[in-house]
Parts: sequence; structure tokens; C-alpha cells
Amino acid sequence: MARRVSTSTKVGFTVLAWAVALLIFSPILWTVLTAFKTEAEAIAAQPTFFPQNFTLENFGAVQDRSDYFKHAINSIIVSFGSTILGLIIAIPAAWSMAFAPSKRTKDILMWMLSTKMMPAVGVLIPIYLIFRDLRLLDTVHGLTLIMTLINLPIIVWMLYTYFKEIPVDILEAARMDGAELWNEIVHVLVPMAVPGIASTLLLNVILAWNEAFWTITLTSGRAGTLTAFISSFSSPQGLFLAKLSAASLLAIAPILLLGWFSQKQLVRGLTFGAVK
Amino acid sequence: MQKTECHALALRQAQDEVYWNFLRREERMATKQTRALARTMMAPAVVVLFIWMIVPLVMTLWFSFQNYSLINPMMTGFAGWANYVYVIGDPSFTQSLINTLLLVGGVLVITIVGGTFLALLLDQPIWGQGILRILVISPFFVMPPVAALIWKNGFMHPGYGMLGHLWKFFGLQPVDWFNQYPLFSVIVIVAWQWLPFATLILLTALQSLSEEQREAAEMDGANAVNRFRYIILPHMARAITIVILIQTIFLLGIFAEIRVTTGGGPGYASTNIAFLVFRTGILSNDIGAGSAGGVVAVIIANIVAIFLMRAVGKNLDA
Repeated sequence: MARRVSTSTKVGFTVLAWAVALLIFSPILWTVLTAFKTEAEAIAAQPTFFPQNFTLENFGAVQDRSDYFKHAINSIIVSFGSTILGLIIAIPAAWSMAFAPSKRTKDILMWMLSTKMMPAVGVLIPIYLIFRDLRLLDTVHGLTLIMTLINLPIIVWMLYTYFKEIPVDILEAARMDGAELWNEIVHVLVPMAVPGIASTLLLNVILAWNEAFWTITLTSGRAGTLTAFISSFSSPQGLFLAKLSAASLLAIAPILLLGWFSQKQLVRGLTFGAVK
Repeated sequence: MQKTECHALALRQAQDEVYWNFLRREERMATKQTRALARTMMAPAVVVLFIWMIVPLVMTLWFSFQNYSLINPMMTGFAGWANYVYVIGDPSFTQSLINTLLLVGGVLVITIVGGTFLALLLDQPIWGQGILRILVISPFFVMPPVAALIWKNGFMHPGYGMLGHLWKFFGLQPVDWFNQYPLFSVIVIVAWQWLPFATLILLTALQSLSEEQREAAEMDGANAVNRFRYIILPHMARAITIVILIQTIFLLGIFAEIRVTTGGGPGYASTNIAFLVFRTGILSNDIGAGSAGGVVAVIIANIVAIFLMRAVGKNLDA
């Protein structure tokens, strides 16, 4: 990628790129800065860039008001729980699709993709009523179940595209050596599949963490995740911009860090392997 | 001596090849046992997804032809097309449909044009490319309600939002975005969330364009505009199609951004089809009419989905 360009061109592009990137990032940056200001400073007529009276009191106030930790724990349980459950169901399916494909494999994959396209509102009402009757409304396990189902097609697809890249010859070689199926899986497939499984896990945890349709419609107080936690800040109460910023920062920080590590998988996962 | 060794090696290689081909054919004609095993391993995923897709959908269809209200338990029985007539006949439906199209179309235009520009910019030789990528991709990882609320309060609030300060700085009257331009404000927020996705995918596509191709075009004396028009754009066409189709699927279901900012209002000014179903079914407890709206939403999404399946299906063959 070494294109020969003059230094002045490079400087020009660099300045422009940084300006645009910072503009895009500015809502997040502004939120981070505001989270450490006092409420009075946050809404001052003369806005300040850096916090003049650096304070951590907003974070304490948010915890007292809406119990961040409870919601964060719910988010962790739902996003990791649903992804791990999804992987348990999807790994055997993707494995057999990649290594023992039949004439119908492609149709099944396309059909799974099509379930992802069903708009959530199309099934919201029955799911809501079923959850009400089974007493699953506002429960962590109910939400985990729904999250598993909505991400299952993506999990199967991602795993399938990773498994397909494992050369079949290696599996055949293992089989010729007289290795049994179980050995084949443990010693040959797993070490080659782990990176793909890890990427799938990462992306789906992010997707589940940020899911905001089912979490808002199916939970209220007890099982609310961070998306529900932040939605409780939607109606302003007195001075609250700094507290809102602190709550926002708390809600996005963990997943933002994970996200930075998973850019490549994001492209692949969200395009169902169509762009790599 | 050397020659015979060579021959022996070649012979072994040929033998190996025959053997491997035999094994491959064996693999292709997988035994009944293997096939049964494969089917068993696929079963849980297929069954679970089948139930997930069919049961609620059939129920929605069933409810949409019933008189069913959670507020008025006396209202029961077959409703015929009444729910559909009620939902589609109401002015709120037409407005929601138009809003849905404006929302999807507006966000697509902003993200595709902006994403192409950003991808081209990030592909230039610049300092700090890694950090820039991280800055640009970040909005995608911000959960929708947070994105909506930080824009609403930190940026678009007429009193203390950043844009309000900016307007005042230029001596203008700050705009009350969510009251004056509710749908436009939602479009801006959603576009901000999806711009990174478009950028990242278009950048990935751009970087797979071979350097020789570009250099050849450069040596042929093609200027920047022509290079973009005849080399880069055709190369990115497929990625752009994919971005459009995938975003459309997600954008048709935009919900949280509306829920936490405008609540669909003022009136129905920022209500899309997804939010209309929520309003009718859950907030107004009219299960019948909400379900009819849900069926309509499924039909709209299916029309879009057909195109997406074709595009992705083609890629699967390639």
C-alpha cells in the first residue's frame, strides 16, 4: 500500500481526515467530558470544553437513582447467556453444514437468514401475550431466550463461513490415521475453529448488549438491561444533563472497548460473510 | 540413482492423488450414517428457528382477524377485515408509511454518500489511520437509546445543547429540533449510528481493490474523477448494494430512537410503522388492530427481503 505522495498532500489528507473523524466522534467525546462536570457547569450559558470542577458525583447519583449495577449484571447475563446458548445450538449445525453439506444446505442457510428479516413488530404482540401468560415478562431468562433466537441465524452464518475455511483435507488426514470422530473434533477441529468461534461470540455479545427493542418492550424494573436503564432517563427531571452523560458513559463504555477489538468480524458478521 | 528416486517420488504422488480423489468422492457420496448424523446436528437449530418463525407469525395473523382488546374483554369474535380497514384507513397509517420511507431513504442517502466519502478519505495515505478508524467506527457500538438521548440533550436541546450554543454563537435563534423537525432529527441520529457501518464495509471493499489496477489507471492518465467513476465505483458497487440491503432491514424496524426522543410525536409526525404497531397493540391494548399492523409490516419487510436474498444468494454461489 505504499503509494508515493508528497508530504504536503499527506498532511492535507491527514488534517481533513482527523477533522471529519473528530466531528463524528464528538457526541461521544462531549458525553465523556460532560459526565465529569457539575450539573451547573453542564448547562452553563458559556459552555466549557474541559470540566472546570472535575467531579465524580454524577456516577454516584446515577447508581443511587437507577441502580446501574443491577442493570449491568442483567446485561452481562443476557448478552453472554444468549450468545453461549446460541453457540451450543449453532456449532453442531454449522459444523455439519460446512463438512457434510447436502443439496438442501444452501436452502436451509437462506431460510435461516430470512428469519432475521422478519420485523420484530410482526411478532411483538403474540410474544408479549405468551410471555404474559407464562409469567416470563420482565424476567432475565425470558429475555435471554428471545435474544438467543434473534441472534441464532447470525451465529450459524458466521460459524458456517469460518468453518468452511477449514480445509477438508486436514479432517480427512485425521480420519485416515484412524482417529475417531470425537478425537477429530477435539484435536483437529477445535483448535482451528476457536478463532472463528471467539469472533462470533464477540460480535453477538455486542449485538445482544445493544439490542433495544425486546429489552424495552419485555422488561420493566427487575430484568431491565442497560438499554432499559438508559431509557429511564428519557424524560428530563430538573438538572440532569451531567447525570445523563454519566449514565450514558457507564452504559456504552464496556461494549465500546470490546467493539474496538472486533472491527473485522463486524464486517463479516453483519454482511453474512458477503464482504470479508 | 537420482533419476530413479525421482521416478519413485512421482509414482507415489500419483498414487496418493488417486487415493485422495477416491476419498473425496467417498466424502461426496457421504454414507447414510454420516447424513443422519448431520441431520441430527442441524435439528436443534432448525427446529428452534422454525418454531420461532411460525408460531408467533400464525398467531399475529389469527389475532389480526379477531376482535381482541385487552381493555374491553366483551369485544370478541371474528372481525373479518375490520382491523385492516381500521389500521390502513386511519390517516396515522399513511403518515407512518411515509415516515418509514423517509426515514429509511434519508438515512440510506446520508450513510452511502457520507460512507463513500469517508472510505475514500481513510484509504488515503494519512497519519494515525488506526486511531481514525476507531473514532469513526465508535458510534456503531453506542446502544440506540444512548445515541438518541445524547443527541437529544447534549446536542439538539435548544437551551444547553451544543448546536444551540453554535447557533447562538452566530447570533441565530436556537432551533427546537424535536418539536420543529421531529422526523429530521430522528433521521440525523440514526444516520450517525449507521454511518460507521457503511464506512467500514465500503472501506473494506475499497482496500481489496488491487494496487496494480489503480496504478495502471493512473499511468493511462485517468484523472481522479475518472478513476473514481470507472474503476473505484464499479468495484464498490456490490458492497454498496449490500450496505443498502442490510441497512434497510434494520432501518425498517427503528424503534428505540423514536421511543426515547419524540414518543412518535408531535401527533404522528415521527411515528414509523414499527412504532405505530407498538402504539396500537401495546400502548392502546388493541391486539386485533396491532396485529393487523404487524402483518402489514411483515409484508413490507418481505418485499425488501426478496431483493436481499437474491444478492446474498448470488454471492453464495460465487
